[in-house]
Amino acid sequence: MWGIIRQKVGAGGFPVPILEQSLPRLRPAVSAWRRYSSAAKEMTVRDALNSALDEEMSADPKVFLMGEEVGEYQGAYKISKGLLEKYGPDRVLDTPITEAGFAGIGVGAAYYGLRPIVEFMTFNFSMQAIDHIINSAAKSNYMSAGQINVPIVFRGPNGAAAGVGAQHSQCYAAWFGACPGLKVLAPYSSEDARGLLKAAIRDPDPVVFLENELLYGESFPISAEALDSSFCLPIGKAKIEREGKDVTITAFSKMVGYALKAAEILAKEGISAERFVTKQVINLRSIRPLDTATINASVRKTNRLVTVEEGFPQHGVGAEICTSVIEESFIYLDAPVERIAGADVPMPYAANLERMAVPQVEDIVCAVKRACYRSVPMTATA
Amino acid sequence: MSSAFSAINTIQPLHRTIDNPSVSPFLGSTHKLRSFPACNRAPSASWIRRRFSIVAVSDVVKQQKTKSGSSLSNLLITKEEGLELYEDMVLGRSFEDMCAQMYYRGKMFGFVHLYNGQEAVSTGFIKLLTKEDCIVSTYRDHVHALSKGVPARQVMSELFGKTTGCCRGQGGSMHMFSEEYNVLGGFAFIGEGIPVSTGAAFTSKYRREVLKEANSDQVTLAFFGDGTCNNGQFFECLNMAALWKLPIVFVVENNLWAIGMSHLRATSDPEIWKKGPAFGMPGVHIDGMDVLKVREVAKEAVERARRGEGPTLIECETYRFRGHSLADPDELRDPAEKAHYATRDPIAALKKYMIENKLVNEAELKAIDKKIDEVVEDAVEFADASPHPVRSQLLENVFADPKGFGIGPDGRYRCEDPKFTEGTAHV
Repeated sequence: MWGIIRQKVGAGGFPVPILEQSLPRLRPAVSAWRRYSSAAKEMTVRDALNSALDEEMSADPKVFLMGEEVGEYQGAYKISKGLLEKYGPDRVLDTPITEAGFAGIGVGAAYYGLRPIVEFMTFNFSMQAIDHIINSAAKSNYMSAGQINVPIVFRGPNGAAAGVGAQHSQCYAAWFGACPGLKVLAPYSSEDARGLLKAAIRDPDPVVFLENELLYGESFPISAEALDSSFCLPIGKAKIEREGKDVTITAFSKMVGYALKAAEILAKEGISAERFVTKQVINLRSIRPLDTATINASVRKTNRLVTVEEGFPQHGVGAEICTSVIEESFIYLDAPVERIAGADVPMPYAANLERMAVPQVEDIVCAVKRACYRSVPMTATA
Repeated sequence: MSSAFSAINTIQPLHRTIDNPSVSPFLGSTHKLRSFPACNRAPSASWIRRRFSIVAVSDVVKQQKTKSGSSLSNLLITKEEGLELYEDMVLGRSFEDMCAQMYYRGKMFGFVHLYNGQEAVSTGFIKLLTKEDCIVSTYRDHVHALSKGVPARQVMSELFGKTTGCCRGQGGSMHMFSEEYNVLGGFAFIGEGIPVSTGAAFTSKYRREVLKEANSDQVTLAFFGDGTCNNGQFFECLNMAALWKLPIVFVVENNLWAIGMSHLRATSDPEIWKKGPAFGMPGVHIDGMDVLKVREVAKEAVERARRGEGPTLIECETYRFRGHSLADPDELRDPAEKAHYATRDPIAALKKYMIENKLVNEAELKAIDKKIDEVVEDAVEFADASPHPVRSQLLENVFADPKGFGIGPDGRYRCEDPKFTEGTAHV
């Protein structure tokens, strides 16, 4: 099932970035797409990130990559494949297992003029370096009153993978998103990954780039503009992935895929119901700065909001979006904001428990139905 | 005292004796920790070590001869150098004393950590650096910033929280940054500055080897205390600095106390210089109350780093005459210990040396004292007269690029470049 989607960017007064030209573009739903051999190129998120790193490193010799296993091992998740051969060990550094140490070294190098990319094998390990991310990277431009800016990118997989247990599965979007001085990005598709990583590397401020391990292998169609070596996406702008008029769903990273699938399911069901429920799915792309303008404009149109995230519910991204919408668009809301988040427990190991601890497509469908006053009062899983 | 380096290459075993305290003991004169009946005290026997033992001495140093006679070599400094060192140390001392006065008058607030007594370390090291070399310090950073060249007016304004301060009042006592003089902070967390300084050293090396800037030989100095030497980041950076042979000198200002925690109570092996050779770099222990000794060793270490031979760990045994901060009542330290170190005041020692060796006369030194008094007074007046930050300054400087699109190579915001939106702008 596919339709013509016009992609827009939120109200803001910014010049409309590259992709968002008002050409109607055919954008089939993900599930139908794969059966259809189209002329559009496909790229996995892994390749998108690799190509972005490659292009930025070749364009600016001050950019270098450091992290555990990024060199000879070709990257713990093969994101930095081929970079060591191309740029040598001076620019692709395998570090010892010292997150605090090498994150700090990256910050010091950024203070003094280079543009480091620090890879954490997963963002769970960033907790060992969080002092440097927050205290010496995020706060420095402010503490030094603009004298010392920190053009560093901290990247790595974030959030739950499959069966990796409690200490490898936390989502850090909310923690980093709370801190002024950081820019926090969460790409979904290959185009997001490429554009946002390139923007992050060129950005003069510290950027936390939250990837997702399960998305690395997924393929997405990618346009010719996105493959251009100057392609950059704006930081702080959300993308409307799918148009609709009944409910707004905000999501980031892997949950965008789930929200789109839920939209599919609802659209099919809607044909047989008395009313056609269309959802506007917003891919946040940027957790900080949060594109509240786009979200509010969307809520004012649809009057209902469902926020989806993988992380813990308390003090999460959804909580922030909900409050921002209440502050700015309260009278437009026709139903309470539905907040879908991971379960409020450390991630269990057992496969069935893990499935229950992370939002699933059925949860999103149920929440949308609740927001539209349909009949299902509880979520599909407890 | 013999010259700074001896030809000893082995680590001597520790031995404890409680007699003969007049042999200059390691860790100053703390024979006994002050006894507190309620506490479970650390061993009260004194730790008497050999005088500084050095490991892994470079060839240049091995050729230095031991000079007989006076404790300080007669030809260590020229008159100009001596006056420069004296002036810098007196500036540090007067400035810090003025800070204490201002604090008690309510002009300065928050956390203020003073450097009285440790001036020899700052002056001895930083006066050897060029403007492009970097220093990274802890919260006890006023004097490091002053020695590196940041004007006293700017430092005082910063402490008063005025907009003319070196960080426009946004940093404060613990966060002195100066891009012009390459003072890369001022960090409140101990150990936080060590990886940052290692990163700056990494940048010098990267510039030389990858970016092929031939004259990129800047050295970085990291200053930190004895308490930091138990912190994980310290060891992580000793490892990486030695592994990658970075041009950095790790300077431990061992003043024996971390707030109220004696170094002996906190550390399994209190000899910090030994931790250097464990990671493959030389470890040196020197008397940090003697600016000339500090300078000699510093010269060698900085030149070693500049030549690309890698890092050095230098432990300077020093002492802070005041408490940890101006809020610290400083009750745990033995008055006898404080009195002992007061007799080893680095400024008095340098003065005595210069006069005895007829480098200067009293009048010249008094003239410097007067000049510094005027500089510090002027700094206070300037800071007093400076305006507070305006309200709009609250939200400034969070980002270098608040619009989020990034800044292009020509320095303008990319979003203002029409080509950016067409996808044809170049990196």
